Amino acid sequence: MKGDTKLLSRHQELGLTDDQVLRMYELMLSARMVDERMWLLNRSGKIPFVVSCQGQEGPQVAAAFAMDPSVDYAAPYYRDLGVVLAFGQTPRDVFLHMFARAEDPNSGGRQMPGHYGSKKHHILSGSSPVSTQIPHAVGMALAAKMRGESFVTYVSFGEGSSNQGDFHEGCNFAGVHKLPVIFFCENNRYAISVPLQKQVACEHVADRAIGYGFPGVVVDGNDVLEVYRVMKDAILRARNGQGPTLIEAMTYRLTPHSSDDDDRVYRTKEEVDEAKRNDAIAVFRTYLQNAGILTEQRETSIKNKLVEQINEATEYAQNAIDPSPESTLLHVYAN
Amino acid sequence: MTVKLYIDAIRDAMVQEMRSDPSVFVLGEDIGLRGGVFRVTQGMIEEFGEQRVMDTPLAESGIVGVAIGAAAMGLKPIAEIQFVDFILPAVNQIISEAAKMRYRSNDDWTCPMVIRAPFGGGVHGALYHSQSLEAMFYHIPGLKVVIPSTAADAKGLLTAAIRDPDPVLFFEHKGMYRSIRDDVPDGEHVVPIGQAAVRRVGTDITVITYGLMVHYAMQAADELEKEGISTHILDLRSILPLDKQAIVDSAKKTGKVLVVHEDNKTGGVGGEISAIIAEEALFDLDAPIVRLGGPDVPAMAFNASMERFYMLNPAKIADSMRALAAF
Repeated sequence: MKGDTKLLSRHQELGLTDDQVLRMYELMLSARMVDERMWLLNRSGKIPFVVSCQGQEGPQVAAAFAMDPSVDYAAPYYRDLGVVLAFGQTPRDVFLHMFARAEDPNSGGRQMPGHYGSKKHHILSGSSPVSTQIPHAVGMALAAKMRGESFVTYVSFGEGSSNQGDFHEGCNFAGVHKLPVIFFCENNRYAISVPLQKQVACEHVADRAIGYGFPGVVVDGNDVLEVYRVMKDAILRARNGQGPTLIEAMTYRLTPHSSDDDDRVYRTKEEVDEAKRNDAIAVFRTYLQNAGILTEQRETSIKNKLVEQINEATEYAQNAIDPSPESTLLHVYAN
Repeated sequence: MTVKLYIDAIRDAMVQEMRSDPSVFVLGEDIGLRGGVFRVTQGMIEEFGEQRVMDTPLAESGIVGVAIGAAAMGLKPIAEIQFVDFILPAVNQIISEAAKMRYRSNDDWTCPMVIRAPFGGGVHGALYHSQSLEAMFYHIPGLKVVIPSTAADAKGLLTAAIRDPDPVLFFEHKGMYRSIRDDVPDGEHVVPIGQAAVRRVGTDITVITYGLMVHYAMQAADELEKEGISTHILDLRSILPLDKQAIVDSAKKTGKVLVVHEDNKTGGVGGEISAIIAEEALFDLDAPIVRLGGPDVPAMAFNASMERFYMLNPAKIADSMRALAAF
């Protein structure tokens, strides 16, 4: 069934080929399925902790897909599984991290799940205190400017984190020096249990950009092509020396904050169900189906491939060796 | 060798490293045209331009956080915090980020940066321009903490700090900027981080100290010499890592140890030094270890006599040294 012709060509208008949008879809699905597997592993007692990306894969993948991971850098936050996969980590890398194995490319088993970072993937190592990565991304962008290099740095955070001083200090610094950095706020409406209206008094986090002298853009995170478009604009601005952009993607966290949270005490099942109906992956799937790009057969083959990949990755990570206990003492300083 | 002021030696190290390594740059508040509130970076913007001598917005966590990001990409930032008292908003960046970057990434990402900050009292700086905060950072593995007491060491240790692959806090006693001058090597001069220096060889008592207190202890030792008391003085130079061997050796040398710091006594570096000696050299001691530090009050006052009461001086140190020698 075909819909409006103008709507159907949206991805082509953005310069995206059919293969590219399918690849985006596959990455979103991969993030979702890896995440779902993580919960299974947690609930069956195999991994102690999960912090989830579910509901946010769409804007994450769209944002990362607008970048060039061979040149650009990401300073993601702990939910950014979609970004990490789009920047080249494999499900195997992610499960090695979840199982805290020696081969974990993010931390060698040192950090909690969701604390990504690997130089070869152009992903800066992150920590648990929120927003500290924002000035780091600004410093990375400063390095690009000082050395005359063209890479752009993406940094993401939740709307709750936009209340931290480091958000303000980082944005302000980047605005003053017109640095090639993109501040990407994934507004999922909850900072653990505290809803948006108890976090910020302004209508949108993006409204804050005016105070830093650069554009703030609000985008429907469930419309991944629109996320891609505003990211492309921001990247162009950054590469042209026009400075930073603050993008606020309106999204939703479909799971509790983490495997140790119970979201039933602070939001209703109806609200979550409603959000599931608008889930970016579902919306994008419909778009691809209507565009005639995603057939049922294609969908099945993508899913089968991912299941196989995730099974293999889980098994590999489960059987991989732990770091030696004594390695606790390594890498405090350079050798 | 040229006789130079402590402040000029610090600038020397930065200028030399910036000339030889384009990845080195300085950032901080008022460090450009103003040359820093103490003039440490005076004249540097003229030579290196405003990008490598960067005036930043007034926000310390941002300064340190941006420096960490730049360091991650291979630059070598020297971040100036105007007074160590104002480093506190940046402590999360220093302890959660800079100190842990290498460790948490399993040796993948690193943080080769220097944070310079003037510390110390006796300059009518009151509560918030006089503090010594080294003990807070001394406790954090992943950091290095350096406190030079001579102009030569200021140059040599800052050069080492800039070249160090890990984050180094470089604390400069503001009272020494223009009161301390000594022979400074003209060319490249590197003093390895983590090596203490014997400043005076003696036989009766040992004083272990750092920063401005090295000079006060030296003056006190001159006095005591007239009274027939011979003092051995160890200048720690780096407090993280501590030169444990030098501490133990100097304790054993006389068997009587006085540990002195301007910082308040409780929880200060002196406690750790005393513990090291107790663990490694107890049976070489002829007297209990004595610690002399500032009083355990929040900070020193603006009023001149209250400030004098807080600050150690050569006479107060000499009193403690006499009592220890007589034990």
